[in-house]
Amino acid sequence: MEINDFIKCVAEQYEEVDAQEFTPETKFKMFEEWSSLTSLSIIAAVDDEFGITLKGDDIRNATTIQDLFEAAEAKA
Amino acid sequence: MYNPFSISGKTILITGAGSGIGRSTAIIASQMGATVILVDINEEGIKETLSRIDEHKAGHSYYVVDLMDSKEVESLVEDVVCLDGLVNNVGISNTRPLHLIREEDFNLVVGLNTKAPMILTNLLYKKKKFNKGASIVFTSSLAGLYTFTPANGLYSLSKSALTSYAKSCAVEFAVREIRSNCVNPSMVNTHLKESLSFSEDEYKKDVEKYPLKRYAEPEEVAKAIVFLLSDASSYITGHTLLVDGGRSLK
Ligand SMILES: NC(=O)c1ccc[n+]([C@@H]2O[C@H](COP(=O)([O-])OP(=O)(O)OC[C@H]3O[C@@H](n4cnc5c(N)ncnc54)[C@H](O)[C@@H]3O)[C@@H](O)[C@H]2O)c1
Repeated sequence: MEINDFIKCVAEQYEEVDAQEFTPETKFKMFEEWSSLTSLSIIAAVDDEFGITLKGDDIRNATTIQDLFEAAEAKA
Repeated sequence: MYNPFSISGKTILITGAGSGIGRSTAIIASQMGATVILVDINEEGIKETLSRIDEHKAGHSYYVVDLMDSKEVESLVEDVVCLDGLVNNVGISNTRPLHLIREEDFNLVVGLNTKAPMILTNLLYKKKKFNKGASIVFTSSLAGLYTFTPANGLYSLSKSALTSYAKSCAVEFAVREIRSNCVNPSMVNTHLKESLSFSEDEYKKDVEKYPLKRYAEPEEVAKAIVFLLSDASSYITGHTLLVDGGRSLK
């Protein structure tokens, strides 16, 4: 799993934010459109794309995309 | 003592009896003098349930069956004795946003939540395995009836279809005096709840939507199921009994 593919997968779950804005340091829960639906979309999309099942708590404990990537890698 | 709520002497088959609501229903029904037939795919779960049932009362039995497998269901129906009660309780959750639902998700969720109870019930009826006056209870859900929450669309769909099937059973099976009803719980503290990938914060917010300010325990759903199995509900059929702590009012 490459960090860039992971960022792209997360970015695709946002409707309003431009994909260019996402970097490993992006605090992905700070955007106005963030909701539990975004969270569940990320969980499902990461599962589809990388076969890794994140939990609600992984999302809760992560601040940046890098944090989430590391949580996903730990489960790979 | 006159007690129309008794289910003593009745033979009741319960699916998904290896965990959660099914397990509680089996325990309470046996404590109330019913003979229970436990069905689940998970043998360990069934055995755990059995260990909590008064084993001195003979007659209880179990079947390890994958209810998605029609061959296994056919041999279950062939083998099983005639029933006074059937609790179609098996079910699985799914929390995918609509646009990320895959065909395999649809086949699993609708297959287990809707198709499996329908196939089992139809076959039991066809093979005349229901005694006159039997009661069928489905564990449906508040989802798909009153609550439509994000990323719960597939589950809601499967449960509203199940609720509709239960009503059709009430109409068609009445010729044999068979009743058919649903219990429709909101959130219950079971494995299924744990699989929902909510965070603690989300649970805290969600529970605020309940006038009783807590989720149900599985026994609280089981008691509603037992009521619908008993003769106390002899004129209730085609009903959806909300077991929701008032959630639908908010
Ligand atoms: N827990 C809730 O919040 C809640 C709310 C509303 C409705 N419900 C409904 O209540 C019912 C029971 O749910 P629960 O919370 O006790 O769930 P649970 O996950 O604790 O138990 C489900 C049981 O079904 C069994 N099972 C799964 N697949 C099977 C298969 N193919 N064949 C046979 N058995 C199989 C499992 O082994 C398990 O023992 C379900 O229909 C569910 O949709 C639950």
